[in-house]
Amino acid sequence: MFDFTEEELNRYSRHILLKDVGVEGQEKIREAKVLVIGAGGLGAPVAMYLAAAGVGTIGIVDGDVVDLSNLQRQIIHTTPDVGRPKVESAKETMTSINPNVKVVTYQDFLRADNVLDIVRDYDFVVDGTDNFPVKFLINDACVMAGKPFSHGGILRFEGQTFTYVPGHACYRCMFKTPPPANAVPTCSQAGVLGAIAGMLGTIQAAETLKYITGVGELLTDKLLTFNAKTMDFRKINVRRRDNCPLCGQNPTVTELIDYEQGVCDLASHKN
Amino acid sequence: MATHTLDITKEHCPMTFVKTKLKLAQIADGDILEVLLTEGEPLSNVPRSATEQGYKVLSVTHVEGNIHKVTIQK
Repeated sequence: MFDFTEEELNRYSRHILLKDVGVEGQEKIREAKVLVIGAGGLGAPVAMYLAAAGVGTIGIVDGDVVDLSNLQRQIIHTTPDVGRPKVESAKETMTSINPNVKVVTYQDFLRADNVLDIVRDYDFVVDGTDNFPVKFLINDACVMAGKPFSHGGILRFEGQTFTYVPGHACYRCMFKTPPPANAVPTCSQAGVLGAIAGMLGTIQAAETLKYITGVGELLTDKLLTFNAKTMDFRKINVRRRDNCPLCGQNPTVTELIDYEQGVCDLASHKN
Repeated sequence: MATHTLDITKEHCPMTFVKTKLKLAQIADGDILEVLLTEGEPLSNVPRSATEQGYKVLSVTHVEGNIHKVTIQK
């Protein structure tokens, strides 16, 4: 038990020194399997911090290739990576930060027909996607599979996140259905301050590590929102709803749905 | 109730307490750990950190030269 090498003790010393993490917590981190969905603005800091933290197995899902316009915020990729599959570029950065972690890549987009197979092998899921259809798909799949996950979304100067743990409020307890396609702009249409991705993504990474180690209180039943223009952070209390269409008493969402994506989303997938 | 020993006289801060924590994690509750360490930072930091993190420091005794023994109960 606790057979850390000299290299690991040194690498993770700042975690081990923490009373709340210690050797026991670092062992849990090493044993953990986390799935990061999206290797973009949010997925980049999440995947990098989780690799640095020594999460034993990290899965990363993205069907896209690196585009020059990504580099303003997707700090896991660099200029020579333009044109390469994002999951390959991400894996390279992660393993160069920490060769001890195993990175599993899924060069694909998440759909109703593959999401359950992918999330099955993981203890915790991080939503780092940029559109509503996939956010609902991740929520629905995780609720159905009983997987905890971190929701994250950013736009312009704002971000929002909460953490789902079975038994607590899910995304559909807050938002019943996705907005109509193109009713709400995505980052690619409306823009986003690059550093916002880092602000939100690092909160998601911290929530992931808190879940793994059992330290502190998660953002369950709480939606954290911030506006970087004023640097106002708000925590809104939310509750699991009896009439939630997914996790309520009489669910109407009983199978996974591929919602229609906005035109811009589809275009951005082709890049 | 077993007694274990750990020599961290060759280590530097913060690996002194990291090694101490590793050993403490590996032994059973109630066991005793005798830590050999040097004067200066290790002697001032390790007993204090151990106390702060909820371990019981039973004694600090001089061994020889600049080496001291800190006895900690898990």
